[in-house]
Amino acid sequence: MKKFYGYRRSDGSIGVRNHVIVLNTVGELSGLTRKIAKLVSGVTPVIHYSGATNFPEDQQQILRTLVGTAGHPNVSAALIVGMKDDPVAQEIVTTLQAKNRRVHAVYFNSEKSIAAIFEECKQWLSASMDSRQYDVREEALLTELMVGLECGGSDAWSGITANPSIGAFSDMFVEDGGTSVLAETTEAIGAEHIIASNAINQAVREQFLAIVRNYEQRIKETGEDIRSANPTPGNMAGGLTTLEEKSLGCIKKGGSTSLKEVVCYSQAPTEKGFVFMDTPGYDVESVCGLAAGGAQIVLFSTGKGSPTGSPIVPVIKIGTNPKVYEIMSEHIDVNAGKIIEGVSTIEDIGKEIYSLVEAVANGHQTAAENHNNQEFAIWRLAESI
Amino acid sequence: MKNTYNTILLNPIDNIVVALQNIEINDIVANSHMKNTIKAISTIPYGHKIAIRAIKAGEKIMKYGECMGIATKDIQIGEHVHVQNVRGLNETERLTIINTLSSV
Repeated sequence: MKKFYGYRRSDGSIGVRNHVIVLNTVGELSGLTRKIAKLVSGVTPVIHYSGATNFPEDQQQILRTLVGTAGHPNVSAALIVGMKDDPVAQEIVTTLQAKNRRVHAVYFNSEKSIAAIFEECKQWLSASMDSRQYDVREEALLTELMVGLECGGSDAWSGITANPSIGAFSDMFVEDGGTSVLAETTEAIGAEHIIASNAINQAVREQFLAIVRNYEQRIKETGEDIRSANPTPGNMAGGLTTLEEKSLGCIKKGGSTSLKEVVCYSQAPTEKGFVFMDTPGYDVESVCGLAAGGAQIVLFSTGKGSPTGSPIVPVIKIGTNPKVYEIMSEHIDVNAGKIIEGVSTIEDIGKEIYSLVEAVANGHQTAAENHNNQEFAIWRLAESI
Repeated sequence: MKNTYNTILLNPIDNIVVALQNIEINDIVANSHMKNTIKAISTIPYGHKIAIRAIKAGEKIMKYGECMGIATKDIQIGEHVHVQNVRGLNETERLTIINTLSSV
């Protein structure tokens, strides 16, 4: 059984990073939250921009994502920044305290002055940074790892080099007992029959087809057709002709093992093995959902060099062609373009990705981490109210 | 070992190959799986598709061993295959595929 060294949390989960984060519950507090993060060296800001008033579906989705982020196994301690009587901040604290996780909330517009709240934040964050010394890496099974599968800025090579290599990794990883989660429902439209035919049973198959159908329906209700946005003009210039062609390339990331479970955005899977998460194609929101659902590492293929990272999860970038690797090598970890050059096979790159996943789980920093690429955005289903 | 072929065939049942470099008119289209020599009859940019079989209007374009679209015109061997002669599947065609699956 393969092993790695991670941070065991009080709720039993295992992290590959040990972040102390500051997280705002409403967009109005994003500037102050950024300042709070700077009070103590080493603290990671997790900033989001939506407001407090949302349709119920979005309220639930935002809350689930914030709880999943603050309580993520890669997080040692989370400071929540809210406004007076903020039910979201209160709920995050209640949920995470019940799991004995290190969490605290401060509320602006209460009786305390801003200066006093800043002082309280500074004290709590300093203490949390100090207490990190007691979080030490201990042996864990690789089967406790969940890896998210994502792509952004696809080109004609995505489906030929990087995505099938991720698929080869996923097959080996699932075989070893790991969990890989494929995201981006929009990128399955037109190739859904292939994933559906791999579903473990009729219920999972129907669930998968339903999220694809619902997503397409939502797009139609806005008067748009997914085909007018996908493939993008950039995709087409690169050689992608139809939505089906793009999707066939995208789903290669999922490999060939059975689909065990379908989860909603930022929801934690209960099954081990290959899982699908309902997310949008927008990579920042999709990575955010994968992380909130518990993925400790995300694999991310890119043809055009999307630098997307995450504040809490190491994102491993896999370049699809030799050119993107040459131009953006400092933002890319793996060069799947070697397949085009005939120097590596899909299997070779799959193994290279697996070795890197193990190294990253043990602490090796990814290109996105080295550059502090910390994008964060929550998928919303309706407009602001 | 460097690749000496200028195209890649992704699945034996495909009727297109993908250009590994820019291909000019009259260039020979070669890859490790093809026995017959094909000459390019249009300019094919890197990453784009070339027909390796004659494809009639209305026929499926196969890539990765799957249907990725429908030919909107007759396509000749060696011709560039892209938006000018291929369309995506329409609603009925897609539903047919999915419904076949659900009834299995």
